[in-house]
Amino acid sequence: MDGGTDSEMHGGTGGGLDGGLDGGLDGGLDTAFFLAWFEDAGRRVRLQRDRLTALDAAIGDADHGTNLDRGFTEVRQAFAEWPPGTPVQALVSAGTTLIRRVGGASGPLYGSAFRQMGRSMDTPVTQAVFAAAFESGVRAVERLGKAAPGDKTMLDALVPASRALTRAVQEEIATREAFERAARAAEEGARATIPMRARRGRASYLGERSVGHEDPGAASAAIIMAALAAVAS
Amino acid sequence: MVGLILISHSAGLAAEVAALATCIAGERVRIAACGGTGDGRTGTSVDLIDQAVTQVDEGDGVVLIPDLGSSVLTARLLVEPGRVVLADVPFVEGAIAAAVAAAGGAPLATVLSAAEEARTQRKL
Repeated sequence: MDGGTDSEMHGGTGGGLDGGLDGGLDGGLDTAFFLAWFEDAGRRVRLQRDRLTALDAAIGDADHGTNLDRGFTEVRQAFAEWPPGTPVQALVSAGTTLIRRVGGASGPLYGSAFRQMGRSMDTPVTQAVFAAAFESGVRAVERLGKAAPGDKTMLDALVPASRALTRAVQEEIATREAFERAARAAEEGARATIPMRARRGRASYLGERSVGHEDPGAASAAIIMAALAAVAS
Repeated sequence: MVGLILISHSAGLAAEVAALATCIAGERVRIAACGGTGDGRTGTSVDLIDQAVTQVDEGDGVVLIPDLGSSVLTARLLVEPGRVVLADVPFVEGAIAAAVAAAGGAPLATVLSAAEEARTQRKL
């Protein structure tokens, strides 16, 4: 990644996170946690850029990997230029940057998700606050894309992840485990898009021919959730 | 006069449809073309559209006419009910219908419905 150090990037996840969640969640998830989430998501998107683009080449316009990589690189730059002072600022800044800089559909969709997540978030960011804000962000994607689970979109990963987060709060599961469950739910949701027929986006023009391919948006959503679990561990 | 903004993935397509609509509706029509990302890529730029809204808005409102995909998603982010509205219409036909209505001095709601009529108008 431009300007990053290789040792940071390949030295495991969440290494730069001071303390991580080891100190517990009493004070809530802090700004550093959210910065680490975006950092790790960007690193993973960069590493899987070609896979995302290959998935998109099968049923889309083959730009998902490059677009999202560009978006997260811009988020990194935005954070460097105007370091966010709060979790809300981090999410709103990342969301606005993705909306402005990606150029493809994933920009407005992920951008709206993060921005809405930030705007709906109270502090301190407890696990329950995070889960509720995440759900609000996913709803923003549903509204903007006029899509629902089963349409073969990023929602097929995001909605199960959101449900896993909410259920973990209800069952009083620890944050680390909750984020891992959300990441697993997103990954399973992404794989479940393979037999689906696309009903939204460019792939919908392919009709039956969209069957048999994993949705690139769902795949990138799973990557972002994997980053969340990684920075919490 | 109601302003119009044509939003396409392609800078060339937006500019040419704007030129055609201006030809048909007359030079007075306030129409802006927002195609591509602004840095030469195919895609949509929320900043370009945002600037265009300011540029074409005379106080009578603005109709956004997107082609498809991210153009629609990006346009939807800029909707302000009563001031900036989104037309769910075929790009070329909708743009021309809206331009003719706007040039004739129609209010926002009328320009929008003129554009929307283009969706069902048969050619044959």
